[in-house]
Amino acid sequence: MADYILNIRHIVKKYKEHIVLDDLSLEVEEGEVIVIIGPSGCGKSTLLRCINGLEKIQSGSISTNIQGYTGNIMDMGVSRQKIGMVFQSYDLFPHMDVLGNIMLAPVKVQKREKNEVKREALGLLKRVGLENKAKSYPRQLSGGQKQRVAVVRALIMHPEIMLFDEVTAALDPEMTREVLDVILALANQGKTMLIVTHEMKFARAVADRIVFMDEGKIIESNTPEKFFENPETDRAKKFLNVFSFDNKIS
Amino acid sequence: MPDLGLEVLLKGNNMLRLLQGLWAAVEISLVSIVTSFPLGIILGIIMTKENILIKFLTKIYLEFIRIMPQLVLLFIVFFGSTKILGINLPGETSAIIVFVLWGAAEMGDLTRSAILSVPVHQYESSKALGLSKTQSYFYVILPQTLRRLVPLSINLVTRMVKTTSLVLMIGVVEVLKTGQQIIEANRMTSPNAAFGVFLVIFILYFLVCWPASIAARQLEKKWS
Repeated sequence: MADYILNIRHIVKKYKEHIVLDDLSLEVEEGEVIVIIGPSGCGKSTLLRCINGLEKIQSGSISTNIQGYTGNIMDMGVSRQKIGMVFQSYDLFPHMDVLGNIMLAPVKVQKREKNEVKREALGLLKRVGLENKAKSYPRQLSGGQKQRVAVVRALIMHPEIMLFDEVTAALDPEMTREVLDVILALANQGKTMLIVTHEMKFARAVADRIVFMDEGKIIESNTPEKFFENPETDRAKKFLNVFSFDNKIS
Repeated sequence: MPDLGLEVLLKGNNMLRLLQGLWAAVEISLVSIVTSFPLGIILGIIMTKENILIKFLTKIYLEFIRIMPQLVLLFIVFFGSTKILGINLPGETSAIIVFVLWGAAEMGDLTRSAILSVPVHQYESSKALGLSKTQSYFYVILPQTLRRLVPLSINLVTRMVKTTSLVLMIGVVEVLKTGQQIIEANRMTSPNAAFGVFLVIFILYFLVCWPASIAARQLEKKWS
């Protein structure tokens, strides 16, 4: 058996008649950072949502091989805690302060001891540069700060896999940078991650592998160097041209 | 200053009677609110369920209570209980029954819309964190719902307090009825008493409802 941590086999996802994911397969190795790119509506966000069980798939299988838990991801239970997700919309709970947001799941779901969780929460906040915001409410934070808190909130569950769904799409460039730096640091620590983003430079810097999707299929799966320098498929070339201004001058 | 006939309130224990009448109104409101709000919140939670039968029944209940003027409801309960069931319900009890039915219906609808107004990503992110359905409700959805509910329900409270003025029609002596009695009793000696008495009643209603509005505004500020 391969040392995959996540094995997606021939999944199909439809909304009524509309096919969003079309017989898609993907294997993720432990510690691998995969960046999924592609045009809007290509199904990349849906893929992440299926991995986390937020969407049901019509056929195919998603299985995990997370320490002590092997099996189909649809029988969630424990495995959902092993997959952390950060969304595009700032999804902090507005009625709780930062610490409350971070501590809710470990204390209530994992039944961990409060003081221990708090210590870890403060440590993680320090790592993302927000140690003085522990008592702030989400409305008092900037978008970038909110997203960093959301990352911490997912990390404290000790997930084996982190999913990032266009987490910087609603941020201005400076805030984008501070969130991406946090993700980059996680990648360097060897966290397995699937990242959906439109930040091409970031994708190149962080990825072990680029997965290019269009119309619910994986069109190209390649190392970042090859993908950005010399994409194999025409569709990927066309997509990448959108980000380049070189040809416009001549 | 024009003659408002305010002196009638100083006669005998008229002012005290007026305040007692006010208390009767406030008491009916308070009992109704304390009973109907929890019921309404539970009803509201039930109403968000995607069950056709539940939707149908709650809809009928809600629409019936809404379409019927409160006065008609009061008559149905007060006279209907005697006519159909043969029980002699006191006016206060009838009033409380109607106000509870009304309050629970309105509160249920407010709760339903407050729950539905919590953005879908709040559900999703609590799900993604591994919270169970009950845990999501308890720690994430309901606290936000209650915060949204406060300003809406205070509005309902003041409407209830004002609507108690109808219960005089089923023989409950509350503030408006007492006021009328005082005016009637002094019609010959102070023909202008109506102005003064109703002015005082107006102020009394205001004094009951105003603090509630202030509290609502404070809470809204604190939570927004």
